[in-house]
Amino acid sequence: MANPTLTLIASSTVGSGGASSVTFSSIPQTYTDLLIKCSVRGSLGANYGGLISFNGSGSGFTEKYLEGSGSSVVSGSVAQFIFAEVSSSQTSNTFTNTEVYIPNYTSSNYKSVSSNSVTENNSTLSYADLTANLWSNTAAITSISITASTTSWVQYSTFYLYGISSS
Amino acid sequence: MADTPQAVEVNCETGVVTTRDLTADEIAAQAVAAQTAADQKAAADAEAAKVEADKAAAQAKLAALGLTADEIAAITK
Repeated sequence: MANPTLTLIASSTVGSGGASSVTFSSIPQTYTDLLIKCSVRGSLGANYGGLISFNGSGSGFTEKYLEGSGSSVVSGSVAQFIFAEVSSSQTSNTFTNTEVYIPNYTSSNYKSVSSNSVTENNSTLSYADLTANLWSNTAAITSISITASTTSWVQYSTFYLYGISSS
Repeated sequence: MADTPQAVEVNCETGVVTTRDLTADEIAAQAVAAQTAADQKAAADAEAAKVEADKAAAQAKLAALGLTADEIAAITK
């Protein structure tokens, strides 16, 4: 990238009613890569996850993750999984912070998606996740949805979508 | 929090933000995805726990044979 730029395309802050999914639609096809930064907190007392989907479809995803919990490390596969949520029983006003990178989102090749995230918690139990998803679909990505796997995200959870240009 | 799960959509071209209740189909799909994710996560966790348990058992057997902790570490790492 000779002169890469990072441009905020859109953002969303969850209101008082909470939200179970956030979708960025009509994504401009003028950038090289996409970057999502999100900060979420779940509304239930267990660490559920956030799932990503493209163009309204959750099919065609395969995934691997590596997760540290503060006391152990596990790896596995959960299609579409990109982060673990801070639960309502964990330290008040803390959130999961996540970055999701989607290179070459307009290409006609399959799309790779990588993410890194941490749950904030003033306790030993705190998750750190590295994930890699592959979306086996050749369509350009025009919309992205991030969905809570079983719960809602609380007020002030935030989602930012950036476009990265290679020149 | 709203009783019915909410979906938020941000149109990147217009900037219009739409908030609506999830449809019954969307709620059902979310439940299926949640169960699938939970099942996959539980299976991965169980596999990881078994590996850790097997590792601990193997180290205990090596120790019972008379190997020191340093010797066990040398051949298992």
